[in-house]
Amino acid sequence: MSADVQLDRVSIRFGDFTAVKNADLLIGAGEFFSFLGPSGCGKTTILRAVSGFQEPTEGRVLIGGRDMAGVGPNKRPTALIFQNLALFPLMKVWENIAFGLEVRGVPKAERRKRADELLELIALSGQGDKLVSELSGGQKQRVAIARALAVKPEVLLLDEPLSALDLKLRQHMRTELRAIQRQVGVTFIYITHDQGEALTMSDRVAVMSHGEIQQVGSGEAIYRDPKTAFVASFVGENNALRGRVAEISGGYARVETEFGPMRGRAGPGLSAGARAILFVRPEALEPREAAENAISAPVLSSEFEGHATHAFLARQEGKPLVVTRSGGAAGAAPPAPGAAFPVAFDAERGVVLPEGEVASE
Amino acid sequence: MNRLRLPTFGGLGATVGIVFSLLAAFWILMMILLPVSYMADFSFRYDLPPGKIGGPEDVHTLDNYRYLLFGPKGSPETLSILGFEFKANVLHLNVFFKTILAAVLVTIIDFCICYPVTYYMAQKAGGGTARLMAVCLILPFWVNEILRAFAFRILLGTGGVVNTTLMDLGLLSEPIDFIRLDIALYAGLSYAYILLMIFPLYNALESLDRNQIEAARDLGAPTWRIHWRVVMPHAKAGIASGCTMVFMLAVGALAMPQILGGPSNLWFTQVIYDRFNTSLNWPLGAAYAFVLLTTCILFVLLVMRLFRVNLGEIAK
Ligand SMILES: Nc1ncnc2c1ncn2[C@@H]1O[C@H](COP(=O)(O)OP(=O)(O)OP(=O)(O)O)[C@@H](O)[C@H]1O
Ligand SMILES: [Mg+2]
Repeated sequence: MSADVQLDRVSIRFGDFTAVKNADLLIGAGEFFSFLGPSGCGKTTILRAVSGFQEPTEGRVLIGGRDMAGVGPNKRPTALIFQNLALFPLMKVWENIAFGLEVRGVPKAERRKRADELLELIALSGQGDKLVSELSGGQKQRVAIARALAVKPEVLLLDEPLSALDLKLRQHMRTELRAIQRQVGVTFIYITHDQGEALTMSDRVAVMSHGEIQQVGSGEAIYRDPKTAFVASFVGENNALRGRVAEISGGYARVETEFGPMRGRAGPGLSAGARAILFVRPEALEPREAAENAISAPVLSSEFEGHATHAFLARQEGKPLVVTRSGGAAGAAPPAPGAAFPVAFDAERGVVLPEGEVASE
Repeated sequence: MNRLRLPTFGGLGATVGIVFSLLAAFWILMMILLPVSYMADFSFRYDLPPGKIGGPEDVHTLDNYRYLLFGPKGSPETLSILGFEFKANVLHLNVFFKTILAAVLVTIIDFCICYPVTYYMAQKAGGGTARLMAVCLILPFWVNEILRAFAFRILLGTGGVVNTTLMDLGLLSEPIDFIRLDIALYAGLSYAYILLMIFPLYNALESLDRNQIEAARDLGAPTWRIHWRVVMPHAKAGIASGCTMVFMLAVGALAMPQILGGPSNLWFTQVIYDRFNTSLNWPLGAAYAFVLLTTCILFVLLVMRLFRVNLGEIAK
């Protein structure tokens, strides 16, 4: 069983401070949906509004079409996995998993049976009698998931559950989480500030900044077609070339940049004469001579990373321009530092967006 | 890996550590072990006039302990249990058990008051509010105990503030004798030791991760179950430590029972005090004090056993 979740123009304020601004979206039943954004952008606050720990200041939260106003967290069909897991350290593993059933008055023998089934689902069979403190990080992680699944929630809410794990384990758990989600079919709402996590696991991603949802879409759409300067700069590597819009025609815009006029696809909200940023991904910059969108700048340094090589080109201001060539590509090695490196990109692979907040790194 | 280690003190290390450990040992020896063993020895001797001390009659005896159980030789007092008649020191034994029971009651009252208050301070209130509450709790204890006890008398006496107010409001037609009913005594004692319950409880509750409470709630637990399964188990050591302190001190209280106790109610410490000071029978007083001490320690250990708390946890 899974339910859809609708945020109906939800705003949440703490005093004068607005933590969530007018969030309006529908998360489908059975979807793996992620909120992605930098620290402090209001992700946890949204999740708390869905789980019932935080009433929205304005707007409504609907789960399965039902308005949740006034319904407490213990009465909602959601289960929350906390950023720090919040397993009960004084209970055994199986008691942790069965806590929700204990609350519902399920007899002990049956609780144990259900816990054992869930332990099998998370590949921890036979570890039910251990104490939580005897488990490894990844195992604790899975116990937290089992504990949440035990109450048969219609929506599972996960607050950066992998952030405490090391990189290897994190990557492993991503795959595992996705597999568990497919298996149980429950709606997953996942929170993360790690874009790799959001892009690899989710059906759709909402990118947030300062309490505002900037864009909702599939990982690919967000990477290819960012709608705001923030999304373009936050998701993936991007080179930002600032300038004034000279002309907009046929879905393309020409911007006067420090490297001369450049052309890229025109994003929403552009107007001629206004300030804009042309974003071009490092892998879209190819070493070639061209009539249009050509840049030639001296190499500052380069890095060899196995599967790819990055070259950093000098600019008048701001961060150096990054050019990434996949390791196997012919002529992948960039010129020596100091030498000019002529590169160019297809107008189709550049995006021009109105100047706005960019993600700081 | 909980091996006992000498405490170490920064760079000076071992030397300072040893000096402080020796000082602590000296303290324990001079201030606790010596006087207590002196008293213990006392409790096994006859009450002799100064001239005979050290003489042939000054030998060890269990007489003082027998006195608490059976009273003076030839006393007609008997206690009947299951139809059997026993010769017994009914008055003193009565006071003894009543005192322990009353101290248990005081401990329970304190726990019931302090648990919700400290839970609120530790988990719900913001830092500022919690500090303010702590100050409000601590300030009254600048007033000394005797003064506080008499203040309770004034409050709760037949002509006291509480009675006159209730009567002026028309809620009572006759004053309630809080003192005769021992309500004043329980109120005074509970109040006297409230901080000793608050501090360990606060420490224990404050260290509980709020997410644990929310996780339990999120899984559907009602408030009582959250406390029973998550909060109280976490705070167990703090609860045990607070209850032990309140119980021990309540049993050993002297001023409060003397000032607030009803005319019929005697506290066992008063009996002991009388042995020492009025009848000047120090050996008997020492024996009484030891029986009280040992019973209380055994009682506390038993209760801790029952709730599966060990001493090490309490010290944390
Ligand atoms: N109870 C509260 N009272 C006041 N301000 C709050 C409260 N809860 C959150 N905030 C503020 O709301 C903003 C968003 O907080 P939130 O916890 O949602 O961020 P987040 O996106 O989850 O960040 P992180 O990735 O660091 O967990 C923060 O600036 C925070 O200070
Ligand atoms: Mg958060």
